[in-house]
Formats: sequence, C-alpha cells, structure tokens
Amino acid sequence: MTATEADTNLSVGQRATLLEVVDLSTTFRTERGMVHAVDGVTFTLDRGRTLGIVGESGSGKTVLSRSIMGLLSGKNVIRTGSVKYEGTEIIGYSAKQMSNVWGAEMSMVFQDPMTSLNPVMKIGKQITESLRRHLGVDKDEADKTAIALLKSVGIPAPEQRLGEYPHQLSGGMRQRVTISIALACGPKILFADEPTTALDVTVQAQILDLLDEQQRERHMAMILVTHDLGVVRTRADEIIVMYGGKVVEQAPTSTLFASMKMPYTEALLRSIPRLDMPSHTRLDAIPGRPPNLISPPAGCNFAARCRYVQPRCLEERPPLVAAADPGHFYRCFFPVGTPEGDAALQANISAGTAVAAPATRSSTTSEES
Amino acid sequence: MAGSGTAHLRDPESTLLRAEHLVVEFPVGNTGLKVHAVSDVSLDILPGETLGLVGESGSGKSTTGRALMQMPSPGSGSVTLDGQEITGLKSNDLRELRPQMQMIFQDPISSLNPRRRVGEIVGEPLRIWKRGSAAEQDALVDATLEAVGIDPSAAKGRRPHEFSGGQCQRICVARALMLDPKILICDEPVSALDVSVQAQILNLLQDMKERYGLTMLFIAHDLAVVKNVSDRVAVMYLGKLCEVGSPDDIYARPAHPYTRALIDSIPSADSETNTHEGVRLTGEIPSPVAPPSGCRFRTRCPSAQELCSQVEPVMREVSPNQFVACHFPLHDENSGTAVGSPA
Repeated sequence: MTATEADTNLSVGQRATLLEVVDLSTTFRTERGMVHAVDGVTFTLDRGRTLGIVGESGSGKTVLSRSIMGLLSGKNVIRTGSVKYEGTEIIGYSAKQMSNVWGAEMSMVFQDPMTSLNPVMKIGKQITESLRRHLGVDKDEADKTAIALLKSVGIPAPEQRLGEYPHQLSGGMRQRVTISIALACGPKILFADEPTTALDVTVQAQILDLLDEQQRERHMAMILVTHDLGVVRTRADEIIVMYGGKVVEQAPTSTLFASMKMPYTEALLRSIPRLDMPSHTRLDAIPGRPPNLISPPAGCNFAARCRYVQPRCLEERPPLVAAADPGHFYRCFFPVGTPEGDAALQANISAGTAVAAPATRSSTTSEES
Repeated sequence: MAGSGTAHLRDPESTLLRAEHLVVEFPVGNTGLKVHAVSDVSLDILPGETLGLVGESGSGKSTTGRALMQMPSPGSGSVTLDGQEITGLKSNDLRELRPQMQMIFQDPISSLNPRRRVGEIVGEPLRIWKRGSAAEQDALVDATLEAVGIDPSAAKGRRPHEFSGGQCQRICVARALMLDPKILICDEPVSALDVSVQAQILNLLQDMKERYGLTMLFIAHDLAVVKNVSDRVAVMYLGKLCEVGSPDDIYARPAHPYTRALIDSIPSADSETNTHEGVRLTGEIPSPVAPPSGCRFRTRCPSAQELCSQVEPVMREVSPNQFVACHFPLHDENSGTAVGSPA
C-alpha cells in the first residue's frame, strides 16, 4: 500500500491500530447456492498484538484471513464491508495494488509447508524473490539477507540451503523456510494459518516459539488461525471464536477463559481430551456437525448442537452483544454462567434433552452418540 | 532411550497378542542402505486391553501396527495371536486368520470405496466369508450401523461422499466390527477429524470396546488422546520403545526424558504458561537410515552422556509396572543411586 496515503490517515494516536475490519462478509457463488463463508466480522488489531482465530473446519476462519488479505479473487467471490490497513481502505484494491501490500505489509504462513513452497525452485530464489521485488536490492545483497533470515529462523548451514530444493528439507525445516519468506520484507502483519497443524508436537512447540520471538523482535502484529484452543491460549492476546461464518465470541484471552459466555466455546473446550484427566474419562462430545452455510438455520447457528438450546434459539438469530468485561462480546440468548443460561440448561436436563439436541439439521442420518 | 529388551512383557499365557523382537527394514533404492523403521520392538496386549502406541511421525508406530497385521510381515521377530505364531504363515492360512484382526485408518473418507454404497461396504466382509443367509447378513449390517450411531435405513443406499468425516469413520468402525474381530488396530483414527467430532469417535470406540469386548492397539501422535483411550501406553522413538506403563503413571511421572519432552511440548488449553517451561527438544528426529549408535534418542536428549552413545539401554522396571529403556531415567525406585543426573 502506498506509504503516503497511510501516513496521512494515521491519526489513530497511541493505540496504533494497524488493521480495522468492519462488518466484513465473504460469499461464494456456487452451483448449489450462495455460501456465506464469512458473515459480518468486525475487529481491530493493534501493532505488536496477536489475535487468535479459532474454529472447526468450515467455520470460515481460513476464508476470513484470506479475505482480509485479498487472496480470494474471481467473479464468484463477493466481499462486502471494510478492511482498513493503517487507515486506508484496501477492499477494492486491484491485484496490482495488492501486490504492493502482499509480502511487504502483510504476509502469510500456510498450513502445509510442502505445498506452499515451489518444488522446482531453489530455496534461495524463493526467499529473495520478494526481497528483490519490494526492496529493489541486487542479487548479492538479497542473498546475504536470505542467509541472515534463514539463520534467524534457526536453520543450520544457511549458505548451503540456498541452493537446495524444498524436498531436501524436513517438514519442520520447510515451515521455517516459509516463515523466513513471509518475514523477508518486514511485514507489519503476519497471518499464520494453522502454521503447526501439519507438524509433530515437538516441532510445533519450536515453530510457535520461533513465531513468538520474531514477533517480539519485529514488533509485528500476528493473526494466528487454528482449531486448537491450546495453541491460542498461550500465544494470543485476544481470541475470536468463529462458528458457521460468524463471530460467536470475542474477548481478550484471559477474559475468555475466565468467563466464557458462549456455549460453543465451552463445548469446544470440554470436548478436548486433557492430560490432567484420568484415562478413560468420558468426553463431552459436541453432537452433530457444523451448519450448512448455503441455507443457514433460521435461528442460532449452534442451536442444533447446543446444551442450552431453548425454543427462542431456533427462531431468532442472537446478535453479538457486549458482556460485562471490556472487549468481550458473545452471540447467545442464554449465555454460560448467567442465571438465564443456568435455567436453560437445568430445563433441558430435566426434560432429558440436554445432550441430544433437537435434530433440526438437513442431514438424514443420525450423528452423535 | 529408545532401547531393546523384553522386561515389560507379561506372561505369554495371559496375552492375546504378543510381538517379540520385531524388526522391519526397507531398502533405499539399490544403494545398499536400509531404513531401520522398526528395530527390535517387543510388545504385548492382554485380552480386553487397549494399548496406546504414541510417537512422532517417523517413529515407526504405523509400521509396527502393520507388521503385527503381517502387511507386510516383519523382517524378523515373532508375532503370536492367541498363542499361535503368525509370522511365516502361508498366504492361505494367513487369510483365514485375517478376520480376527481388523484395522481402522487415519483418513476415513479415502478408506471407503467412493463408488459403492454404504450397505455394500459394511456387508462385504460377511459376503466374502459367507457368514449367514442374506437376511441374516442384512440384519447384522443394520444392527452394527445402529450401534455406531448411523441410521441404517437412511445410510445404506448412500455413498461415502454424502457423509462427513466423522460419519465415515463410524462406517469404518462398523465395517471393522462385522466379523467380530479379536483385535482392532486403530492407526491415527481421529487425527483427520475436527476436535468436536474427535470426541464423538473416541467415545464411540470406548462404547464399542465395552459392547464387543474388543482388544485394541491405538496408534496416535496426540498424547492426550492416547491417554484418554488406553489402559497401557508405549512410547516410541525412531523405531524403538522408550517407555511402557499405565497412562496415569507415565503422564504423572514420566521416567524417560523423551516422554517428559513430549508432554512438555503440548500447548494446553488449561494453563497459560506451561508451554514456555520444561524441557524443549531441539532439532528433529534423525534419519532412520543411519540411526545414532547406542541410545537413538541421545542426539536430542538433555541428559545424554558418553555411555549413551556406546551402550544401548535395555528396558527395565523403574517402578511397579513402569518400564523404561534409559541409562539415566528421571526416576528409578530400583536403584538407590543417582537418579536423573548421572553421577
């Protein structure tokens, strides 16, 4: 993005808001109908902060991050709302304008390090490509920077790696390379889309530490997209929980875990086996599966799977409302830990419907046990 | 760690499946080199028990599962099922034995034939083995689908793509149960599923185990998942076993430095700090083509000493029913001397 425009609009003051997303929706036109993959998402991200986006597959978390970066193109993608980067609206930027943003201002680390690297291009070339384009440095200079980058992400013998191909490296090493590519031009926002899902648990910890360290050094903002609440709990300042394309809960990390309001967040946390549970503990599975985004249910998206569900939830869509704590929002009529929520849960337990939620989904087979 | 030995094996009379000194090696092209995928692994499973086999990718846990199934047979070592030696069986005899051992795979969608209907897929084992009349077969298909939480009347005429990943995994479970197997080998059965669906499948496997009296080998990389389903856990590293014991013991008091490191690397949704403390492994798993001498974990081990590169540790009991292959275990009740740190 053009630096001059950004500077004039940078009147935000000390909070240094870097990214402001307002009511962003992304819809795909498909043969089967319109898929509302992201539906009215609003948040702001400050410099140096980490936002965690959590959800199951199909919740819209990946589409959201790609939509913000303008990576979804084509006439069958409809984007509405506003994405302001350093005060400048970037929705409506052409691919050519966006190419000045990609890499230099925002960049992304993808889930699968094998498919996000070009298998027939040497690693050195892949790293220096954006350096030479955005920073206009010559080849020797770019190579030096690439070596420094590889060293900073913990790759041994970086000089030698420049001439190697991705298949010569292990999964963890490849992910380090994609991180060094993403960091090459000093972006202000790093999107990390499930950066460790394809990696082993010991390597996952190394990569998350690396991202942490690089973020601190560069005072970079990060959006960490994951399905693992454990990963965001220890790494994010703020968390957005997505379900069926909508934000269902949004709060600073400590607030979210101290006083979660959304039954979905609670259910997600309860369904994960934990190391401190004795073995053979029965898990609280979430019955059913996520809603159909082509014809979403009339009421709350989560109603069909919710322990707290009441008749109202099936008819009326709950709005995103503010909780007592600052910055905490949720989308529920009968929130967890409130008298209404407790009453709803009690009513369902006594009616024997607390676990087997009403089957309002289109699916014809029984799901859930 | 990562050593050999059979101290952790139990009375052969009492075990349903027993593998001793399993070795699986694959040649690397025609270079003369070999991938040492499984090197002298011994394990046993009691009837009705679930053994969890945990390790990073490349540790040889899937290869071990497949060697037990004789697909392919291990290069050397013995596998006995119910006292019968099954390595070296002729293909016909082995085929007769197959119904007793069934397997569930990681990706439920690709392990179902996309062109066939669910009713045919689940009923096929019965038709192949000519069990009962057509009506009896049909009734058993219905009952088993019902048991795994799939509505048979709606599902039998449909094809796998019409189901979600979780439902496909239920169908795979139903198919594996059709011939009333003695042992079920589950190879990463939940790692391709969403967390919410993962819990459904774990609960289902637990229910099926109780209902059908199943014995299971549960292979996974997720320690919390393995702890949840297992009666006994074996930790693998680079083709060797490191530690064997009850899940509650192993997780509360790991004796192997590798087990400790694995547990410490898990980010937890319950605590805000634990990932930044404890043992953090550096580097990656070495190549199984040229594994380190002595203890295979020594190149990444925080407590490695000279001895570890020379002598391979042997499995021994460090506390009741907890076995570890390490020269310097984190705790050891059976040696009054220096524990954790070498003298």
